Amino acid sequence: MTEDDHTGQDHDHDHSHLTETESRVRALESLLTEKGYIDPKTLETILQTYEEQIGPRNGAKVVARAWSDPSFMEWLLRDATAAIASMGYTGRQGEHIVALANTSRVHNVVVCTLCSCYPWPVLGLPPSWYKSSAYRARVVIEPRKVLAEFGLTLPDDMTIRVWDSTSEMRYIVVPMRPAGTDGWSAQDLEKLVIRDSMVGVRQALTPADASAARAAGKGVRHV
Amino acid sequence: MSDDHLSRVAGSPADRTEPRTWAAEGNVAFAEPWQAQIFSMTVALNEAGAFSWKEWGEVFSAQRRQSREASKPDTSQTYYEDWLDALETMAEMQALASRENQLRYRRAWHNAAARTKHGQPIELQEADFDKGTVHAEIHKHQNHR
Repeated sequence: MTEDDHTGQDHDHDHSHLTETESRVRALESLLTEKGYIDPKTLETILQTYEEQIGPRNGAKVVARAWSDPSFMEWLLRDATAAIASMGYTGRQGEHIVALANTSRVHNVVVCTLCSCYPWPVLGLPPSWYKSSAYRARVVIEPRKVLAEFGLTLPDDMTIRVWDSTSEMRYIVVPMRPAGTDGWSAQDLEKLVIRDSMVGVRQALTPADASAARAAGKGVRHV
Repeated sequence: MSDDHLSRVAGSPADRTEPRTWAAEGNVAFAEPWQAQIFSMTVALNEAGAFSWKEWGEVFSAQRRQSREASKPDTSQTYYEDWLDALETMAEMQALASRENQLRYRRAWHNAAARTKHGQPIELQEADFDKGTVHAEIHKHQNHR
């Protein structure tokens, strides 16, 4: 129960009621609109953009291109903000993006211990677990254990680097290119790049994973 | 199988007593419309130059820390309540909307709801600002702060 829930008050059920939270949101929106700081139409557009256009597919395209094109990979690792912007994905908040390449020795994983900073332009809005205190606190203290809970068991001699995002610096992980994908087109590779692999809590799908997922009818569910 | 990890990452004992947990929410970005509203308002204000994303991050993360220290449940409900608190603070800080006005408008919205027939859209009118009746929950919220 939150403070918004009714506590046995006698409400007239013929009439409407706003929870305290709803009235606070409406108060802000009407005030800011009246003062000309926001425009309801802009709000609609922003939501639509985040719900329909910006998502982890953008990041998957970036990673697939980096896998297929060594010079793009080099650029991405040197200046991810520019390399990503060249593909049309730019940060609305003016943040810098840093790309971290996983190798056979180093595995990178991303968190925001303070709130939920996340590379929106390439991954869209964060999944709910990314925002939870449990993930934010634990992945720093016991990354190996948390990754194992995601189904990712790393060898003991693999170095794990945990990167703490800020409002100015966001990270995207470039997972290792799965074996058995020689000669694949960027378009096909893209389908292996799941969101969680770009946060670093899972690997990219293997060709076998991908066809198993297709057979199970899950398609691009997690992508 | 793919969502197994959610229950484990979010499955601290404190969560189990809550009806709404991160685990139950899966990957939904917004559980309720008001959450999407405050998200888009914040992005719009930032884009209009009302505040930088760094300034927003500072206020929001301070709010997150506070609610964690107060042992509020680790859920998306708490997350967006923190977001709303932070946005109200930000609106006051940047002189976009004073606390006093925020409260005045909140009261007016309650009045507007009370005179609107159930099922009809609730719209704010001039008269909603004149009524003296203050919703009991507003007092509660003020004390709460």
